Amino acid sequence: MTLKSSRMQLLAFAVAAVALVVLPLFVQPIGSGWVRIMATALLYVLLALGLNIVVGYAGLLDLGFVAFYAVGAYMVALLTSPHLAEQFTWFAQHFPQGVHTPIWVVIPLAALLAALAGVLLGTPVLKLRGDYLAIVTLGFGEIIRVFMNNLEHPINITNGPRGLDRIDPVSVFGFSLGRPLDVSLPWGELRIASVTMYYWLFLLLVVVSVVICRRLEDSRIGRAWMAIREDEMAARAMGIHTRNMKLLAFGMGATFGGVSGAMFASFQGFVSPESFSLMESVMIVAMVVLGGLGHLPGVIVGALMLAALPEVLRYVAGDIQSMTGGRIDAAILRQLLIALAMIVIMLLRPRGLWPTPEHGRSAMAEGPEGLPGSGGGRA
Amino acid sequence: MSAAASTGGSAVVLAVRGAGKRFGGLQALSGVDLSIERGQVAGLIGPNGAGKTTFFNVITGLYPPDSGTFELAGQPYKPSAVHEVARAGIARTFQNIRLFPDMTALENVMVGRHVRTASGLWGAVLRTPAFRREEADIAERARELLRYVGIERYADYRARTLSYGDQRRLEIARALATDPQLLALDEPAAGMNATEKVVLRDLIRRIRSDGRTVLLIEHDVKLVMGLCDTVTVLDYGKVIAQGTPAQVQRHPQVIEAYLGAGHHA
Repeated sequence: MTLKSSRMQLLAFAVAAVALVVLPLFVQPIGSGWVRIMATALLYVLLALGLNIVVGYAGLLDLGFVAFYAVGAYMVALLTSPHLAEQFTWFAQHFPQGVHTPIWVVIPLAALLAALAGVLLGTPVLKLRGDYLAIVTLGFGEIIRVFMNNLEHPINITNGPRGLDRIDPVSVFGFSLGRPLDVSLPWGELRIASVTMYYWLFLLLVVVSVVICRRLEDSRIGRAWMAIREDEMAARAMGIHTRNMKLLAFGMGATFGGVSGAMFASFQGFVSPESFSLMESVMIVAMVVLGGLGHLPGVIVGALMLAALPEVLRYVAGDIQSMTGGRIDAAILRQLLIALAMIVIMLLRPRGLWPTPEHGRSAMAEGPEGLPGSGGGRA
Repeated sequence: MSAAASTGGSAVVLAVRGAGKRFGGLQALSGVDLSIERGQVAGLIGPNGAGKTTFFNVITGLYPPDSGTFELAGQPYKPSAVHEVARAGIARTFQNIRLFPDMTALENVMVGRHVRTASGLWGAVLRTPAFRREEADIAERARELLRYVGIERYADYRARTLSYGDQRRLEIARALATDPQLLALDEPAAGMNATEKVVLRDLIRRIRSDGRTVLLIEHDVKLVMGLCDTVTVLDYGKVIAQGTPAQVQRHPQVIEAYLGAGHHA
């Protein structure tokens, strides 16, 4: 790497960063629906980054990741919607104004609660491996959803399938992201839509998450996770407390899910158990695997693609539906096209869209003369 | 003999008394005593099924023993969990090499430092000065060890792409990274050709001359006799002979176990 090329890299990086920041300002005149899609996609990136810690780094297949998303979302929903005050008089008496938690409380609390849920799930299942672990986590994901669906009798906590609405928008220093912001610039008035501000917030969260993941990857903890993924027995023989390390991976991954869920609830203003179906878990796993297991850029690309694709197809499908006189249903077409896209990717790029570059070098590729006095090896 | 020389005042590193292990109806180990002094290479041999590997797995915490007392460097330890034994100070290698195949050679050895380092999640995320210092230390020690076993030039190569002999040396470097009291090698020469065996023998000698203690389980009797200070022979889960290689080789029960009862009649 010459100095020049590293400077070029830095420049490219800066251009990309600025482009990402100003992008919604150009998109919002077309329709704030598009910015909404972009912001939602960023939430999926957050989820995929979290799952990548569990599946990509520690090698534990978790098919119920959406549970942590649900935990974060419902936590915020219960705290900031008037639901609890309406159901319980004691709650209304204690908090006559309602609990309007600022973002500085919401994010750590969601992270903590989700991490707790992660450890809670992890503790009984960590003796299981591979397929068995996948099945149990899948069950856990469903259990959480069923709980949310049914916790309305005899005491109405989650309001069941009707969900919780009137959730506070995110507020930063008393400034609510729920209303558009008008700024006057020298060349005129600019109205910044609410979704655009959410987009910026989520972008910031994604950047912070990427930095955290990147740093974990290259640390004692990250190496221990990867050692467990590669050979659990050998990892244990090296003195790695595999149970604790796996719990840490579960908890850490869940943290991202919880924060993403909390943001989702504030962003939508409404949550219901429907949003946390098994299909969501499967989609998140697909994002990580299609993108490139354990490789951050790949995971991000995978998440963006799979999150945006259905939304984009929604628009296209509508046109096709009207062209065929309503014979091809939009929802069905969307499912078909996504399935097709997944199959094509797996056929053409079995290790993911952007997999980990062959890590390190290969001694074999360089031929036997490269070998020092090792007495020649066997293949 | 170096065995006699190192006996003078040197501490016992591993002391096992009365180790017993039963699998269903099979008494795999019964009353096995073994003590290894600091700076020695102790060999453990025996015919197939004699209980060598069982003994190895018992002292390294893989199989919980039914009976016996276990001491490491004067401290009693309970071989109840593999990672605790590693922390206590026994590092092992595996008969069928078990590296972290898609990590680089350097990273493999760095994993070995895990048990002697402490930085956690916060240190890693915040990149505290203590974390950076420790990380630099880990990398430096790992590089040193790769140099020590003679594969430094492969530091950035994936472990799976190294030759068989180099993989074995990498496994030994990784084990040494845990700063073990005792380095336990499970048939390190298995599957090696003659040249690789010579390299391995020289490496184990060097490890001993640096004051480390080695337990060697091996099929290759020639390698054991040429390398070990003391040899213990197991047969049917019992110790049938113990002593210097020369003593053991002449022991009638050993000859019988290896060559059959009719041989010395």
